[in-house]
Amino acid sequence: MAQVKLDGVGKTYPNGFEAVKPCSFDIEDGEFVVLVGPSGCGKSTLLRMVAGLEDITAGSLSIGDRQVNDVDPADRDVAMVFQNYALYPHMTVRKNIGYGLKNRGTSAAEIDAKVQDAAKMLDLGALLDRKPSQLSGGQRQRVAMGRAVVRDPALFLFDEPLSNLDAKLRNQMRIEIKALQRRLGVTSIYVTHDQVEAMTMADRIIVLNGGEIEQIGTPAEIYHNPASKFVASFMGAPPMNLMDAQLENGEIKLNGSAALTAPAKQDYTGPVTMGIRPEDVVIDAAGPTPFTIEIVEELGAHRLLHGRLAGHPFTVHVGKDTTATTGEVKLQINPDAIRLFQPETGKAI
Amino acid sequence: MARTQTRKPFRWAPVFDHTILILGALFMLVPVVLAFITSSHSAVQIAREGIMFTPGSHLGENYSKALFEKGGFTATIDGMVMLKNSLILGLGFAIGKIIISMMAAYALVYFRLRFATFAFWIIFTTLLLPLEVRILPSYEAIQRLDLANTYTGLIVPLIASATGTFFFRQFFRSVPEELAEAARIDGAGPVKFFIDILVPLSQTMIAAIFIIMFVFGWNQYLWPTLITTDEGLFTLVRGIKQIYQTMIDANSIPEYGQALALAIIAMLPPVLIVIFFQSWFVKGLTESDK
Ligand SMILES: Nc1ncnc2c1ncn2[C@@H]1O[C@H](COP(=O)(O)OP(=O)(O)O)[C@@H](O)[C@H]1O
Ligand SMILES: [Mg+2]
Repeated sequence: MAQVKLDGVGKTYPNGFEAVKPCSFDIEDGEFVVLVGPSGCGKSTLLRMVAGLEDITAGSLSIGDRQVNDVDPADRDVAMVFQNYALYPHMTVRKNIGYGLKNRGTSAAEIDAKVQDAAKMLDLGALLDRKPSQLSGGQRQRVAMGRAVVRDPALFLFDEPLSNLDAKLRNQMRIEIKALQRRLGVTSIYVTHDQVEAMTMADRIIVLNGGEIEQIGTPAEIYHNPASKFVASFMGAPPMNLMDAQLENGEIKLNGSAALTAPAKQDYTGPVTMGIRPEDVVIDAAGPTPFTIEIVEELGAHRLLHGRLAGHPFTVHVGKDTTATTGEVKLQINPDAIRLFQPETGKAI
Repeated sequence: MARTQTRKPFRWAPVFDHTILILGALFMLVPVVLAFITSSHSAVQIAREGIMFTPGSHLGENYSKALFEKGGFTATIDGMVMLKNSLILGLGFAIGKIIISMMAAYALVYFRLRFATFAFWIIFTTLLLPLEVRILPSYEAIQRLDLANTYTGLIVPLIASATGTFFFRQFFRSVPEELAEAARIDGAGPVKFFIDILVPLSQTMIAAIFIIMFVFGWNQYLWPTLITTDEGLFTLVRGIKQIYQTMIDANSIPEYGQALALAIIAMLPPVLIVIFFQSWFVKGLTESDK
C-alpha cells in the first residue's frame, strides 16, 4: 500500500508525439482513482508509465517513498490487469496465478497457500487446473485479478479490464472489483473510457482529454461541477445540455425564450455557454421556457425527452410517472443547477 | 406418397480426384517397394537380372550384413555406425537450427534494436547464399580451425537458418505484446520469458521446423562428403555410395543387395520422424491455445 505522486510526468513518444502533457497529482494510500477519457487521450500511456512499461520522458514519479522513474516494473511492487487479460496460454490457472511469486523465489508451499487464498477470494477454486482456453471471458478476468491479488502489491493498475465482457458481466465485475479493492485496501489506478465505470467505481476521477488533465475530483464534484464543457459533455449519460446564451446583469438570455435567472455569483457580461443536466429541468405549464419534444425514449424507470430548446438540441429526464408526448411544453429550469462556461476556452466560469 | 426414386447422378469428380491421388501415390511408392523386394536377392542375381519383382531369399542376410558387416577401405565402419552418424547430423542440424533461429528471432522481435529490420533483411538475403555457394570458404575455415573430421565441423557450418529465423519472427510477432509485459511485471527477465513463455508457446512451430530440418539434415550429401574423410564419420547417405565404390574398385560384383538394403534403412528414420511429429504437430494445432 502506498501513496503515488506524479510531479510533471509527461510522455513524448520517439516519433515526437506528445501523448501525455506534463501532469501532477497525488493518489492517497488506499484510494481508488479512475483515469477516464475518450480513446487515444493518453490514459494507457499514463498508466503504463506508472507500471514502468513505458519510459517517463518528463517529470518524476514516486510510489511510496521511492522515486521510481528508472526502476524496473518487476521492482515497483505493482500488479497490472490488462484488457485482453494477457494470461499465459500454456499454463494452468494455478501456474498463471503463481508465476509472479515463483519468479520472486517464494517457496512452493507458500505459493500453493497463497494461490489457494486468492482462488477462494475470487471463486476460482474449481478452475485451478484448467488452461485459459477452457475458461469463459468472466473467468479469465477473474484469473487476471487473481494474478494481481496474489502478489499483495502496493499498487493495482487496471487498463480497461472490463471492455471485453458483455454488459451484464461488466456490471457484475465492476462491483466485484470495487468490493475486492475495498477489502484489500490496495491503492488502485483504473483506466477506462466508460464514464459509468468511472462514476460508479472511483473515489476520485481524473478526466483526461488530448493528453491533458481536464479535471480531478470526486464523482459528485465532476458530475455537478464540471470544470469544462468537455467534462460536462463526457461525463453523464445523457450528457449535460449545452447551449449558447448571453449573460447580462446576472440574467441569462437564450434567444426565443424568457430570461432565466443566472446563478448568483456572476458579474460577467457577454456570450456564455450554458449547461444544465437533463434531470435539473421539470415540465411545468407555468414555466418560462418553451421546449419542443421530438422523441420520447422509454427506459422503464424513467423517460428521456429529446427535442429542441431555443434552437438547440436538448434532453429532459423525467420520472416514469410523468407522461409526455411529442409537441411543445413549458419547462422550469432549476437556476442553482445551471453551469456556465466560456464559449472559446470551454472552461467553467 | 409417390415412390419415385430419385437416383443420385453418378459423380465423376471424386473418381477423377482419387485416380490422380492413387497414381501419384503409386508413382512415389513403387520404386521404394521394388527396391525393398530387390534388396532381398543376392548380389549375383541382381547383377544378372536387374530389378526383381518377386521376393528373394536373402532378405535377412542382406540387411544384417548392411547393418553389421564392417566395410570400407579400412573395414572399420558398418551400417550401425553410419546410422549413428546420420542421426547425430540430423539431430544436430535440426536442433542447432532451431536454437539459433529462435534466439535470432527473439532478439529481432522483442528488443528494440536500432537496426532490427535491417538486420532481418541481411539475414534474409543469406537465403541467396546456400552452402553450395559458400562451400570453399566454409571448407577453408573449418580446415583452419582444425575441425575437419569432427562432428562439430560437420554440423556447425550448417546451422545458421534464415528460413527458421523468418518463421519464428513471424510467429513471435503474432504473440500479444501484453504477454511480455505481464511477464515483465511478474518479474520474469528476458531469459525467463523466453524459456518459460515463448518456447512453450512455440512448440507447434518448433515441431514443424524440426521435421523439415531433420529430413534436410539427414539428406545432406555434399558437405559431409567434403568435410569427413575419416570413414568413422561417414553418414548413411554417403555410405550407400561407398559400398558400390569399394566393390567396383575391388573388381568384384558390387553388393547391390546390401546397398539397396542400406537405402531402405536410410529412408526409415526420416519417415518415422515425420509420422511421429506429425501427430504431435496436428495435436498442437488443434489444441492450440494461443
Ligand atoms: N508507441 C507509440 N508511438 C507513438 N505514438 C503512440 C504510441 N503509442 C501510443 N501512441 C499515441 O498516443 C496516444 C495515446 O495513446 P493511449 O495512451 O494508448 O490512448 P488511450 O487513452 O486510448 O489508452 C494515441 O494518440 C496513440 O496514437
Ligand atoms: Mg488504452
